[in-house]
Amino acid sequence: MQEKLSGILRKTAQVFSGGGRGVMSSMSAAYTGSTAAASRTGPHPFWIIVRKEMSDIMLSWRYVILLALMLLTCGASLYTAISSIKTAVPTGEAVDSFLFLRLFTLSDGTIPSFITFVGFLGPLIGIALGFDAVNSERNKGTLSRMMAQPIHRDYVINAKFVAGISVIGILFFALGLLIMGLGLLTLGIPPTFEEFLRMIFFLMLSVVYIAFWLNLSIVFSVRFRQPATSALSCIALWIFFSMFYTMIIEMIAKGIAPVNPTHMDQLVNYQQTVQFLMRLSPGHLFNEATLTLLMPEVRTLSLFVPPEQTYGALPSPLSVGQSLLLVWPQLTGLIAAVLVCFMAAYMMFMRQEIRSR
Amino acid sequence: MEQSTNMQMDDVLDTKLDTAEMKQPIISIKDLTKMYDEHVAVNQLSLSIQEGEIFGLLGPNGAGKSTTILMMLGLTEPTSGTVRVCGLDSVRQPIAVKRRVGYLPDDIGFYEDMTGYDNLMYTARLNRIPELEARQRVDVMLQRVGLSEAAMKKASTYSRGMRQRLGLAEVLLKKPEVIILDEPTLGLDPEGVRELLLLIKALSRDEGITVLLSSHHLHQVQQICDRVGIFVKGELLVEGDVPSLAKGLYLEEALTLEVGVKPIDNELIEKLRSLPGVVRVDEQDGLLQIGCKEDISSELSRILIESGCSLFHLQMKQYGLDEIYHRYFEGGEPNAGEIKRNTP
Repeated sequence: MQEKLSGILRKTAQVFSGGGRGVMSSMSAAYTGSTAAASRTGPHPFWIIVRKEMSDIMLSWRYVILLALMLLTCGASLYTAISSIKTAVPTGEAVDSFLFLRLFTLSDGTIPSFITFVGFLGPLIGIALGFDAVNSERNKGTLSRMMAQPIHRDYVINAKFVAGISVIGILFFALGLLIMGLGLLTLGIPPTFEEFLRMIFFLMLSVVYIAFWLNLSIVFSVRFRQPATSALSCIALWIFFSMFYTMIIEMIAKGIAPVNPTHMDQLVNYQQTVQFLMRLSPGHLFNEATLTLLMPEVRTLSLFVPPEQTYGALPSPLSVGQSLLLVWPQLTGLIAAVLVCFMAAYMMFMRQEIRSR
Repeated sequence: MEQSTNMQMDDVLDTKLDTAEMKQPIISIKDLTKMYDEHVAVNQLSLSIQEGEIFGLLGPNGAGKSTTILMMLGLTEPTSGTVRVCGLDSVRQPIAVKRRVGYLPDDIGFYEDMTGYDNLMYTARLNRIPELEARQRVDVMLQRVGLSEAAMKKASTYSRGMRQRLGLAEVLLKKPEVIILDEPTLGLDPEGVRELLLLIKALSRDEGITVLLSSHHLHQVQQICDRVGIFVKGELLVEGDVPSLAKGLYLEEALTLEVGVKPIDNELIEKLRSLPGVVRVDEQDGLLQIGCKEDISSELSRILIESGCSLFHLQMKQYGLDEIYHRYFEGGEPNAGEIKRNTP
């Protein structure tokens, strides 16, 4: 059974790497900027490492477990979404205008929706793929052997990042499209182009969010010698942000709340401070951005809107472009967080001395 | 422009070092120093190794051998000094150096879930060897180190000796000009050590590869090294071939003859002491220990037989690295310094 499974996985990995070779060699030419050198000898070592890392991830047990977990998530959220859509549609509200997007956001109250699942489980995927990226190679003694080959040191860490993010990207787009397909089958209503675009943006956003956790776990894998320590630190941060952070902010909010607000500005300032603190959590940024992208009727993310702005505004959903504009700061923030983590990992790795074991 | 000045400097240094041989050394280290915070790992090391040589870097654990090797490969930056390998600066051109130099780390690790063959193929690809040629080379190398049959087994099933041989095969894949082996014999059984060393010797002889190996096992290394350097606390105390090191140490008596002869009397001992070249004659457990400057065994045996004694045992004892090693480590720093000056 296990043999069979790993055999199938190996084949898919081979197909993938074989199919990707053309792309990879052309990309490698771009990487080195010398087409002649790339075609005369083998592919660029960077892409060799990426390929190996990807097949390592795909053949590992942890990937199988994550895949099973994500499939369960998909199934459960699809089930809850479809059953609540069926009850929601006959009551006849304005829901059916973006019915297809409800597949990702609706919940019947017992099982969370797909976006809640992704917000919660996404970090786990990132952590699982990155927590032992560097330190396990170091402990196995393969890092010093690799470093003795004529490659630049940063290839290793860059390749780990690229491989991780590629696997996550493939996984998420596959799952997202799977949900769309299943939704199409059960609902019988095709998504509009705008809905499709929103879903693609949502999937890209999820990949960025998970990339943040991937990079964070790579930072810990560079910092800590023991994979267990780095895994634990990542999980601690994950639990902190998903459970305690909101609580702490609420406590702070209570503490700094104006006692007798005499002016509107006081309240506005207070709310803005609280919102700023909340937005320091990448999970909160992700939630805000997904909600805006998947619920076109969300018109603003700030809590106070002056009456002169809402007065006369039609209560109509936003277009894709406008929704994107609304989440641009969130998206930029997430990408910045990804880059900061990556730079930290990169700098630490480049400064470290690679000794054998 | 810069290159030519470097060349000139090298030439000047060469003529200073040895006027007889004008050959450019393949590895030349000048005043290499590496500091970790306050701790000096390598101190003012200068060393040059000629092409095709097997050089043994000897020293106890923590002497700075591995650090020196890392600096040669450009994996660690020296605090000061220069390392040139194959005429390339290891700090400035580490990739070019690593293309020409094979390195076997002391505790080599392989990807456990990959076969030995796949591990080597991965390295071959990292070296940008074209696929078809890589397959051929891997096959040849596996055969050369005697792992053809185990090639398709997972690396996790390999024994320590097999790993070491797989590592050697990997090092040879890129057809290096120099191979650097960090403690290659560590953890191997005596037979494994012998096989590995013979393999290294054969490689050096057949392919003209320069070998630098570090070890703290003196006996093993003594068998195959052309020259050795003794490295303690970041400093190279002496370098040279084993006999000349021995000479440097025991300048008075280069070798000892152990003679079993009957009967032993004072007259005989006095007679032997008066021989030219003999430094001392002692009686020990019924055997005579004769320390002499050069090999006088044939003359000695003639004299003994002429004087009517029966000679039943004659053995020449040369000082091995063990003795040299002990003298350096137990003699302490001042003694070592003295010996250094004595070394020709």
